[in-house]
Amino acid sequence: MINHDIVIIGGGPAGMAAAIAAYDAGIKDTVILDREDSIGGILRQCIHNGFGLHKLGRELTGPEYADVFAKQVYERGIKVYTETMVTDLTADKVVTATNREGILKIQAKAVILAMGCRERSRGALNICGSRPAGIFSAGTAQKLVNCEGYAVGKRVVILGSGDIGLIMARRMSFEGAKVEAVCEIMPYSGGLTRNIVQCLEDYNIPLYLSTTVAEIHGKQRLEGVTIAQVGPDRRPIEETKRYIPCDTLLLSVGLIPENELTRTAGIPIDPVTNGALVDENRQTAIPGIFACGNVLQVHDLVDYVSDEAEIAGNGAAAYLKGELDKKATVSTKAGYGVRYVLPQTVSALSDKPVSLFLRVANPYGKVRFTVKSGDQVLATAVRLKAVPGEMEKINIPAEKLALASGEITVSLEEL
Amino acid sequence: MTRNLTCIICPRGCSLVAEINGNEVKVTGHTCPKGEQYAIDECTNPVRTVTSIVRVTNREDTMVSCKTENPIPKDKIFDVMAIIRSTTVEAPVSIGDVLCDDVFGTRVIATKEIK
Repeated sequence: MINHDIVIIGGGPAGMAAAIAAYDAGIKDTVILDREDSIGGILRQCIHNGFGLHKLGRELTGPEYADVFAKQVYERGIKVYTETMVTDLTADKVVTATNREGILKIQAKAVILAMGCRERSRGALNICGSRPAGIFSAGTAQKLVNCEGYAVGKRVVILGSGDIGLIMARRMSFEGAKVEAVCEIMPYSGGLTRNIVQCLEDYNIPLYLSTTVAEIHGKQRLEGVTIAQVGPDRRPIEETKRYIPCDTLLLSVGLIPENELTRTAGIPIDPVTNGALVDENRQTAIPGIFACGNVLQVHDLVDYVSDEAEIAGNGAAAYLKGELDKKATVSTKAGYGVRYVLPQTVSALSDKPVSLFLRVANPYGKVRFTVKSGDQVLATAVRLKAVPGEMEKINIPAEKLALASGEITVSLEEL
Repeated sequence: MTRNLTCIICPRGCSLVAEINGNEVKVTGHTCPKGEQYAIDECTNPVRTVTSIVRVTNREDTMVSCKTENPIPKDKIFDVMAIIRSTTVEAPVSIGDVLCDDVFGTRVIATKEIK
C-alpha cells in the first residue's frame, strides 16, 4: 500500500486544475492518475480554437490550453502516474489501479474524481439496419483524424448537433469530405450558436431540426442512411423518409459522465446530471471525496471545468486541514423552467459567495432567474436568452446566503 | 443593406445587426467592442483562424496540430488547407514553431509539443 494525501483520478483539464489548486493550497503530496500516456485528456484531440477566453483571457486551441496547465503541474513537481487505469475505489479512499508495473494500491486521505465523460454510442440509440463499417462517434472520428491522421470518410452525415458534431462537420470539410447533413432530433440545436455559424453556415452544411436517422444501409461499408422528420413523440414520420447516400455516419448524441468508480464507492448520483451529488466545495456525500469537471456535470466550456476543478482542489485541501466542518446545509432545487441546479447542497453559514450552475429545460427568450429560500429572494439575474445548450451561472452573495432558511429554489420567468 | 449576424468571438454568441451604407457599417446588438469589430470585419473582410494537422515524418502515426497565427481571409480557407496538407515536419516540435511561412500574410504554427 502506498500513501498519498490527495489522489486525483483523471488528468484532463479538471484533474490538472484540481491538482494545481490543491498543491497551491498547501497539500504538496497530491498525485494524478491517468490512463493515457500523457495528461491533457480530451483537449489533446480538440485542435480547434476557442478555448481559454474566459479563464486565460486569450483564445487558444485545445492542445495549447492543456499545455498551459500541464506545464504548471510539472513545474510544481506534482507526481503523475500515466498509463495507469483505476479499477476500484472504496468509501474509505483506497484506490486500486493497474499499470505496467502491476497492481497499485493507494490509501488516500482525500480523492478527487475527475474522470470526465464518454460518448453515447449507436447501441444506446437503437437505429434500425445493418452494422457496416463507417459509423463512428464524433469524438472517435476526431481522434482518428486529428491525432492519427486518418481520413475517416468522404461523404458524411452527422446525427446530433452537439458541439463535437458541429466541430467535426467543419473539420471533415477541411479534409475534403462532403458533409451532406447534420440531423438533430430535437427542435433546437444542442450546440453553441457560434458553432452553428462558424462550422455549418460557413460551409453551407444544412442543419435539419426535428430530424433523425431512421435506418442504416450497407453491408461491408456504410452506403447510405434514411433520414426522417420526427413527430412530437420523437418517432420518425413515415412519409418524410428520404435516402442520403454516404460512406460515413458520425454520432454526436450526448455525453455520459463516467461514474463507474463513483458508484463502486457507493456515492449517491443525481439522476438528472448523472454525476455525484455535491456541496459548494464539490464534496460528494462521502466526506473527503470530491468531484469536478465532466464527471460531475457535462460542461460546454473547458474554462468552466477549470474553475470548478479549482473549487474541488481547494475543497480537498481544506478538508485535509480540517477546515471543512459540516455546517448547516440546505438543498437546492430546480424550479420552473430549470432542469437542474448544481451544487445540490450549500452551507448557509458559508462566509464566501456561492455560484449556482444550472441548465434551462427549454429554449427561452429573455428571462429572469430568481433564487429564493422561503420568501427571501437571494439573487436574481436577467438573460437576453437562455438555451439548454448553454450553462448558466448565478452568484449568491455571502450575506444573502445567510438569509437562507430552507430549500433554495431557482426558477425562471419569461420577460 | 441590413445583415443579421451571430458573433463568433466568444461562446456568448450575441445576435448582431449590421447596417451597411457604402463603406460605413453601423452595428447594434453587440455587448462588447470585439463584437462590433467582428460585425464590421464580417461585412467588409471576413476572416477565420484555420486549425489543422501536419504529419510528423520521423514519428510513427504522429500528427502535430497547428493553426494560422492570425485569422486569414475566409475565402482563402481551402487554399490554406492545401498548403498545410502538403507540409510535413520533423520532431522535435515545440508549441509556436513555424510550420509554413508567409501564408496570406500570416504563418502556420504548431499548437502541440512533439518530443
